[in-house]
Amino acid sequence: MATEALGWWGVPLAIVAGTLRGSAPFLFVSLGECLTEKSGKINLGLEGNLLMGAMSAYAVAYLAQGTVGSAVSPWLGVLAAGLAGMLLAFIHAWLSQQPKVNDVAVGIAMIIFGSGLAFFLGKPFIQPSAPALPSIGLGDWSSIPQIQQTFRINLLFVLGIAIAPLMNWFFKATRWGLFVRAVGDNPEAALAMGISIKKVRMLCIMAGGFLAGIGGAYLSLYYPGSWSERISSGQGLMAVALVIFARWNPIQCLWASMLFGGAQSIGPALQGVGIDTGYYLFNAAPYVLTLLIMILTCSPKRTISGAPGALGTLN
Amino acid sequence: MFTVGNWRKTLEAICIPIAALLFSLVLFGVFCFAAGANPFEVYGAIYQAAFGSWSSFQNSLIRAAPLMLTSLCTALPARLGLVIIGNEGALVIGGIAATIVGLSAINQAPATITQALMAIAGMFGGGIWIGIVGALRHYRGVNETISSLLMNYIAIALLNHLVGGPMRDPSSLNKPSSYAIPDLDRLGTIPFLPRVHYGLIYGIIACVIAYFLIQRTTFGFAARTAGGNIKAARIAGLPVGQLTLAICFLAGSCAGLAGMVEIAAVHGRANESLNANYGYSGILVAFVARNNPIAAGLIAILFGGILASGSILQRRLDLPDATVYVLQGLVFLVVLYSESLYGRFKIFKEPEPKMPVSSAVQGG
Repeated sequence: MATEALGWWGVPLAIVAGTLRGSAPFLFVSLGECLTEKSGKINLGLEGNLLMGAMSAYAVAYLAQGTVGSAVSPWLGVLAAGLAGMLLAFIHAWLSQQPKVNDVAVGIAMIIFGSGLAFFLGKPFIQPSAPALPSIGLGDWSSIPQIQQTFRINLLFVLGIAIAPLMNWFFKATRWGLFVRAVGDNPEAALAMGISIKKVRMLCIMAGGFLAGIGGAYLSLYYPGSWSERISSGQGLMAVALVIFARWNPIQCLWASMLFGGAQSIGPALQGVGIDTGYYLFNAAPYVLTLLIMILTCSPKRTISGAPGALGTLN
Repeated sequence: MFTVGNWRKTLEAICIPIAALLFSLVLFGVFCFAAGANPFEVYGAIYQAAFGSWSSFQNSLIRAAPLMLTSLCTALPARLGLVIIGNEGALVIGGIAATIVGLSAINQAPATITQALMAIAGMFGGGIWIGIVGALRHYRGVNETISSLLMNYIAIALLNHLVGGPMRDPSSLNKPSSYAIPDLDRLGTIPFLPRVHYGLIYGIIACVIAYFLIQRTTFGFAARTAGGNIKAARIAGLPVGQLTLAICFLAGSCAGLAGMVEIAAVHGRANESLNANYGYSGILVAFVARNNPIAAGLIAILFGGILASGSILQRRLDLPDATVYVLQGLVFLVVLYSESLYGRFKIFKEPEPKMPVSSAVQGG
């Protein structure tokens, strides 16, 4: 790590680097979850999407590099990851809209199913190495290699940053965004407007699953950059909490993701300067942070401001 | 429960889960076929490994013991309408608590007392852990599903921290572990089942107690009422908060006891092996059993068998060990779908009583 040469100054630098590199998966899953929840359903199973996305991106990038070259194949992998995430989300959308079926329970089932499927199909891809996604060096003005390293930003992360305001605009200014918000806030009113609740939710959940799958592609093709069964470590699960923290606002999803990416890198950053005690406890930082945020922002008396009205109700 | 009046309902509650299990097996067969394995060979191997011989059946029972206990961690709060999935975390915390007591009581007390203390510590640890989830739910309105899920990860981090640091036995080089609990204090095996430890008895007793608590006591009645309609329960003056805390504590203590059983009977010391996904499988068992503790005990044996077959699938058929998770996921999804089938079939409905014309007009 960069921290070794810089001593204590390396700690904040490593946290900045971790924020810029580690927050993209959080960003994609939280944007996906945001879109899903805006339509009034919760998808707790995005962890499965993340893992399936990571696996299929890696597999496709590895298998296709011979035919299309190692510059194009990672992007094919990203597409495959999105499609895999979309497929899982389709199952979730269909099942969670059946009568008497609880969407949270379906989410737990999708975590087990999605991760099981990813581990099953991804077994042959643990050893070989696939081409990585390209990144751009925003720190190349500096002559210090650590700084150059810190400010390397992946193109996929840039794409994610672009999606956040785009999604915000979609909700606020477009006809379809209005449909989504109507379905999520007041299904009866939406029905009276002649909107098909099932179709809107189906499309939102599937698009959300697509985004979460891309988040998985980022994991396996860039950071940490290889496929293994421990690759996601619960990042998909935190999506739900992230969205609550971000008050169902795509722009705030971006800030929340960066906060979580930073929290995640505290442990490794401290380890870089030789502080090993409590390493595992620092690894729990994002979870503790999520829990604290939920404790501070929830209230037994009212629903959280900004929450879609139909969220958490059956149908 | 099994009165003559609602036998059709009982039949429905038995038939639909069984049909769901069978259908998920068919889906799994299709999956295996698509993955290039012969489905019948896979089923054969699972059956052989799970129930094929006396010794393999005992293997299933060993795995059923923690599943029975962790499934109660979801099944009990479900009666209050809470979806708690912190089973894994409560199991880990229970295991840590039991290890601490087991190590500190070395050579000071007879084995039975040490074991009892370990069990109490495990139950207390797990109980507090899920109790926190219940308290957050009641006092802060924090969604219990998400908070208990997060608590799983915090518990695992705590375990890694403790066995890697403060509790570490320096001689455990490759796999950081705590010191070993003395052999004398470990749980023995049941006389007639030479390979199965006493954890199974703990599991069965817990399931029976939970059943009576929920179905036959005023406490259970209050919990079921509150689970049915929480506003009505509040108006009726039921102490919803206390019920939530008590049920969550009991639920967590069951999972904590599972952790104690795993420590005292299987691993003998705390390390990352404790985190073996029994918690997540327990959620599934509770769902399939529709939160009925007795049914959960039986389903746990079935799923213990499925878990026991994981390594055989890998060795004999060269399938990845994740195959078992795919099966579990499929079962879970189909069982959830089957929820929407209740009340849809005519066979399970009470025949409409034939009313005389006059009263039908009056009532109509």
